[in-house]
Amino acid sequence: MRAWPRFTPRQIVLRLAGRLGAATILLWALVGMGIRWEFVGDSPAQVRDLFGRMFPPDWAFAGEIVGPLIQTINIATLGTTLAILLSIPVAFLAARNTTYNRATYALGRLVMSVSRSVDSLIWALIFIIVVGPGSLAGALAVAVRSVGFVSKLFAEGIEEIDRGQVEAITATGAGRFKVLLYGIVPQIRPVFAGVTIYRWDINIRESTVLGIVGAGGIGFVLNTAILGLEWSRVGLILLVILGVVVVSEAISAYLRRRVA
Amino acid sequence: MLEVVGLVKTYPTGDHALRGVSLTVKATEVVFVIGPSGAGKSTVIRCINRLVEPDAGSVRLDGVEITRLTGAEIRQARRQMAMIFQEFNLIERLTVMENVLSGRLGYVSLWQAWRRRFPPEDVERAFETLARVGLAGFENKRADELSGGQRQRVGIARALVQRPKILLVDEPTSSLDPKTSEAVMALITRLAAEERIPALINIHDVALARQFAQRILGLNQGVFVFAGTPADLTREALDLIYRGAGEELTSALGA
Amino acid sequence: MARRSSLAVEWRPPSAFPARWIAPALWAGLAAFVLWNALSLQVDPARVSRGLGRAWIVFGRAFPPDFERWELLVEGVVESLQMATLSTALGVLIGIPIAVMAARNFAPLPVYAAGRGIISLGRTFHEIIVAILFVKAVGFGPFAGMLTLTWGSIGFFGKLLAEQIENIDRGQVEAIRATGAGRGAVLLFAVLPQVLPRIIGLTIYQWDVHLRQSTIIGIVGAGGIGTTLYNSFARYDYDFSLAILLVIVAIVLLGEVVSAVARKRIQ
Ligand SMILES: Nc1ncnc2c1ncn2[C@@H]1O[C@H](COP(=O)(O)OP(=O)(O)O)[C@@H](O)[C@H]1O
Ligand SMILES: [Mg+2]
Repeated sequence: MRAWPRFTPRQIVLRLAGRLGAATILLWALVGMGIRWEFVGDSPAQVRDLFGRMFPPDWAFAGEIVGPLIQTINIATLGTTLAILLSIPVAFLAARNTTYNRATYALGRLVMSVSRSVDSLIWALIFIIVVGPGSLAGALAVAVRSVGFVSKLFAEGIEEIDRGQVEAITATGAGRFKVLLYGIVPQIRPVFAGVTIYRWDINIRESTVLGIVGAGGIGFVLNTAILGLEWSRVGLILLVILGVVVVSEAISAYLRRRVA
Repeated sequence: MLEVVGLVKTYPTGDHALRGVSLTVKATEVVFVIGPSGAGKSTVIRCINRLVEPDAGSVRLDGVEITRLTGAEIRQARRQMAMIFQEFNLIERLTVMENVLSGRLGYVSLWQAWRRRFPPEDVERAFETLARVGLAGFENKRADELSGGQRQRVGIARALVQRPKILLVDEPTSSLDPKTSEAVMALITRLAAEERIPALINIHDVALARQFAQRILGLNQGVFVFAGTPADLTREALDLIYRGAGEELTSALGA
Repeated sequence: MARRSSLAVEWRPPSAFPARWIAPALWAGLAAFVLWNALSLQVDPARVSRGLGRAWIVFGRAFPPDFERWELLVEGVVESLQMATLSTALGVLIGIPIAVMAARNFAPLPVYAAGRGIISLGRTFHEIIVAILFVKAVGFGPFAGMLTLTWGSIGFFGKLLAEQIENIDRGQVEAIRATGAGRGAVLLFAVLPQVLPRIIGLTIYQWDVHLRQSTIIGIVGAGGIGTTLYNSFARYDYDFSLAILLVIVAIVLLGEVVSAVARKRIQ
């Protein structure tokens, strides 16, 4: 009878070492959590209590959140619009086939990276310093945060264009802008439309929380209710946010299917 | 009349694509260029309409030196030379009509181009040309809904509405099946004759060249090694043209 | 074709809508909506101009960034790393069974519905909102943050893995099923080998995302570098804030690079 060892002894040792390493890292991370077990033991009761207070929600409060809700949608829409306008030049700089030289390419990529690695809430904190608390700071934060994401996908769309179509228009004797209009725009339009809609949907979700740091929208009401321990209002606001996010996701999915 | 003298092109990659190419295409003549892939056929055409910048040599169209033109002058010259592509290169997401009208882009303002408001003569001409290539009624279809043969017909229509002084045709049938290839080639040569437009046609398929050509040039590694009629295209001539190209002669003969 | 008479010919591209006026009307509507949006922001020009003036002072104070209190910084970064790592491990552990539940080709309808339900619940709320609730449940600190990230990853990981499972090669599954193997053995021998590379890739990507999110949930007290950042803003220590921001950008970019390289290696 022959044995069939799945791993060589060397592999077994390596795998064991790998597992021990992973376990050590996880243990280290667990210790770092500084868990206070008395709180954890208490948490199911806490959660039950919390939900008991939140539901049924305070429907009477509904009238007061319509305004902030509209504000949230406005922040997302305006932020997205601004982001698109900013992203188009960034994308052309950051696409290998349309950029001017290595320096402009690097600039485009830098703008992208910085925009994407700082969260919209942090951008909001920064813009609040500049323009004061409110929706404007929120819209600016959404815009600046979205530029990285949007221009990255735009640039990928631009890099994927078929050179042959551009060449065909060039060969007719058309100038720069006509080549852009006939050779490039039709090719990138579906990508641009899809990305715009997709980002708008993401921005709706992000805009629901900007108010927590003071940048306008329904998050502000949420924060006030939490600080005031008005849990039945919190319950209502969470339900409304759930509704808005689900609806915007459905709209976005429908529209993206249409433009594809 | 197109006169090309001593054309040289070395790509930045170091490929010596053309090592001194000369040819003439007279008033209403159709000239075929055959040769293995990589011989430099596409590069010749692209140097003529300056999609590729030649390193040396001269290209004259009706006496105008093309290689010295700059900016707007190049675009002016390109309107006189219509190109037909191997991969059709239609704007896939635009309608057939927009694709055909794009042949007139050199003649309309940016605003007209943006609004798709081409002069009525151009539109009339586009309808006529579509009918002549056998695509009457296809104007509102999108290019990506068409078959390969239909796409190339749109490419031909786009070239014809340019009212060019010469057709530059780069392997128009290489993406098509044999039957469609023959039909497309017949269409190109017939229309060129009817419109009295000369044409320079690259082609991979020797049988098709034999069938439609009066004059054939053979290109190998960036130089012409053959010039003659289909009758002159003997086995020895073919071996010379396809020298160093391995099995390609067999495929070019359609065996 | 009647319109092809010798009279002036017109051709306009076909409209995507039943009537020609609809497309321009939609664009006009969208423009009006955005304009109304902009007007509804109630921008206070006086406040903005004051702010812009002050911004220079603020940014002046932020320079040069202050790395004096680097111990605090390191502490925050370490906490973020711990939160991200632990929550990724937990998220994957819980996410895998949920993905199996939410794969239409494996789960019976009620289980499938439940799986999808859990996934959308995990995805709907922004991590900040989830963090607020977890802070209430288990108290301030990284533990609440870690739970928040885990919660999010169940939705994210579950969704992407479920899609992967739905797209596997049926033939391999049938071959194992034909040997008489049970559901568990089929998962282990026919499904897991097909989706394992994807699981590893998603895990790394997930870690990258968590690292990013761990930089902000501290704003509501859920630990990590975000807490340090928020405190510095609250105390107007803008030079320290800038130092933290630079570190955040650096670790996020580094995380992205590590994740991209690692994912490329396993492919
Ligand atoms: N854009 C380019 N960059 C670098 N080398 C090229 C380019 N286009 C063609 N070449 C090279 O030039 C030579 C001639 O190519 P081409 O003119 O396309 O030949 P053909 O059309 O006869 O197949 C080939 O060796 C090819 O690799
Ligand atoms: Mg070629």
